[in-house]
Amino acid sequence: MVALATAVGAVLAQTPVADPAGAAASTGAAEFWVFWILAPLSLAAAVSMVVLRNPVHAALMLVVNFFTIAMFYAVLEAQFLAAVQIIVYAGAIMVLFLFVLMLLGVDRELPTRVAQIRGQQPAALLLGALLFAALAVGVAGPFLGADSACNAPPDAVAAAGADAQPCVGLAAANEEGNVRGVARLLFTDYVWPFEVTSVLLVIAAIGAMVLGRRTERPEDLVDGRGVRKEPLRARAARPTGSTALDREAAE
Amino acid sequence: MLAEYLPVAVLFVIAFLFVALSLLVSSKLGPSRPNPVKNAAYESGIIPDPETAVGGSRFPVRFYLVAMLFIIFDVEAVFLYPWATVLRDLSWYGLAVMGVFVALLFESYYYVLRKGGLEWD
Amino acid sequence: MDWLDVLIIVAVAVGAFALWLVGTALLIWGERRVVAKMQSRVGPNRLGPAGLMQTLADGAKLFFKEDIAPANADRWVYLAAPMVSAVVALVTFAVIPYGGTFTIGDRQISLQVWDPDVGLLWVLAMGSIGVYGIVLAGWSSGSKYPLLGGVRSSAQMISYELAMGLAVAAVFIYTGSLRASDIVANQAGTLFGPIPAWHVIPMAPAFVLFFISAVAETQRPPFDLPEAEGELVGGFNTEYSGAKFAMIFLAEFMNVITMSAVLVTMFLGGPNGPLFGPDIVRAVLPTIYFVVKVGIFLFVFIWLRATLPRLRYDRLMDLGWKVMLPFALLWVMATGFSVVLRETTERATVIRAAAIGAAVAAVLFFLAPLFSRRASEPGGGGGDGGARPLDDPRPGGEALPERAGDRPSTDRPTEEVGV
Repeated sequence: MVALATAVGAVLAQTPVADPAGAAASTGAAEFWVFWILAPLSLAAAVSMVVLRNPVHAALMLVVNFFTIAMFYAVLEAQFLAAVQIIVYAGAIMVLFLFVLMLLGVDRELPTRVAQIRGQQPAALLLGALLFAALAVGVAGPFLGADSACNAPPDAVAAAGADAQPCVGLAAANEEGNVRGVARLLFTDYVWPFEVTSVLLVIAAIGAMVLGRRTERPEDLVDGRGVRKEPLRARAARPTGSTALDREAAE
Repeated sequence: MLAEYLPVAVLFVIAFLFVALSLLVSSKLGPSRPNPVKNAAYESGIIPDPETAVGGSRFPVRFYLVAMLFIIFDVEAVFLYPWATVLRDLSWYGLAVMGVFVALLFESYYYVLRKGGLEWD
Repeated sequence: MDWLDVLIIVAVAVGAFALWLVGTALLIWGERRVVAKMQSRVGPNRLGPAGLMQTLADGAKLFFKEDIAPANADRWVYLAAPMVSAVVALVTFAVIPYGGTFTIGDRQISLQVWDPDVGLLWVLAMGSIGVYGIVLAGWSSGSKYPLLGGVRSSAQMISYELAMGLAVAAVFIYTGSLRASDIVANQAGTLFGPIPAWHVIPMAPAFVLFFISAVAETQRPPFDLPEAEGELVGGFNTEYSGAKFAMIFLAEFMNVITMSAVLVTMFLGGPNGPLFGPDIVRAVLPTIYFVVKVGIFLFVFIWLRATLPRLRYDRLMDLGWKVMLPFALLWVMATGFSVVLRETTERATVIRAAAIGAAVAAVLFFLAPLFSRRASEPGGGGGDGGARPLDDPRPGGEALPERAGDRPSTDRPTEEVGV
């Protein structure tokens, strides 16, 4: 799921709409203050998401974090990305998280301090470091190398005209509107990742079906003599802890 | 740059002030005479049972499935929006690109449907 | 940008705010009056002419009520949930043009608070935030019924958000833009003869899909399961009282207006209409057209409530997932196809192809329920026999007389009770 989200984000993020060269040229006092208000808020939300004990509170802090990120996108003129951030992350993925919390029993204290899978923590650290490295290279990449157009002062880029690749500038990238700008790149240069996303979604669907499969197979419903057993729904009416549903939920 | 967000910021401030002031004013105006019975959870007159209280109740895995499928199709819809703006320029190429994408998703929809993933009990 | 521009922005925002707030008050009053008429009652008629002041009186009363919070409520989330609901409802309509464009002095004033490049995606984004208000209200109450209502309604809302998002996508494809102003402009002029070029004609299936999902999204009857009194008391807002309840109530009704407004914007030309008379009339007419069109839809919403019984939860989910979603997906692709066809091919060829396309779409529309029926048959469902209808009189399975409701109700949201 995280992989899915990351992949979608990666495809969408590969647009130069938020390129720093353009933004730098237009950075004003307002952007400065918006950044310095949003950035601590975003970090605070992220930290409290990790620290808070109540899982629903933690989930809400993540929503706050998603929001501040969406506002960053908006400030950087990546309006479409901001809208998608809210629709997909805050709207869909967080609702899934909340449902999963409900699934587990909302207020149950989860054993967060105990590593559930052997080697989980080192693996998480390693993968986190790798992800950070990948992001760092992705963000800093255009600035590496002395002849990069992004390192030139904004007026020099303007003087070089549209040929000054790879940083075309915010105004050029958003020329016919931010959504069209994203769309042109997404369906031409990045059409392959886009199609692969579809395959990812198919895998996600299959995964959801496998993980969320119901224990109610035909042989569960009909006993040896072909007489119909009590349907699951009626069984669920019994006290908690005794039904197949509870065992299923506990898995 | 940021000026283009001014209208929605103004509206947001108006909305927030309206809501916050309403709640604040009402909290001053209304009486406050709590008692244990009044503050108990409402369960149609039955005394709330701590055993079945909110914290302990679990929801069927079906909700998870619905949310997961929702994400899948939501992501798909999100790709359709930018596509809508450039379809006229991309022409048949654009249609083919999205056709493959949607066909793959439709396939997973059909799979879930036949697997009974959309049955609500 | 000088102070006058800022003043105009504030004025337009306050105008929209006031329009929606007054509209909400009128809608609550109108709903009670109209439903009363349809049920041969009188309805509220004491305060003001025809009881017009009733909503104000009710609202004022709520402000003086005691604010009761359940003992095991989550304090802050319990407070935040109605605020989220209300604030989201109060900013969603920012992108909707509620009037025309006119000139005062040398400044053009457009009666639309905000016209961003992402356009109506703003409405969808706010809609997905609105889910939080409900699910958090249900969870934070620390009470059984609200939690069930909250989870149930969020599952319902996300299910119908899909069909809604796809219906909107079809209109985007047809217009080639996400901006509300472009969508309205695309509906100017006439289609043929005196018929206006409103999207409701070429995009009729998207219109139907959007309308049904709008009813489900706003949780209006017959899709008002989250607050099914017989099963869940009041649903997610059971434990709310006083001004917090007022906020939830306000948000609910305001969302109905916003959905009608989006419907009008996307399919009925928004504030478009014949303009005549002096400049001042020309400036006001679009707003009047807009209000009248929205009013018609609000009436339909109320009409539905007075006419249709509530759906059962499994049927509700079936409708959303098995009928609306595949049909919406097909319609989106069909729209894309027709748009490309019109761009690249001669008109006569297009008309012939369009006829074939319509026929295919119609066939597929009638096939959609067949798919779902076949999938629910044992053996055909990929080895999943759990979907077998319980009243199936097939040998081997003794038919159960009742699907549900004959057993004691539980804390399970899957409980189906036919109402």
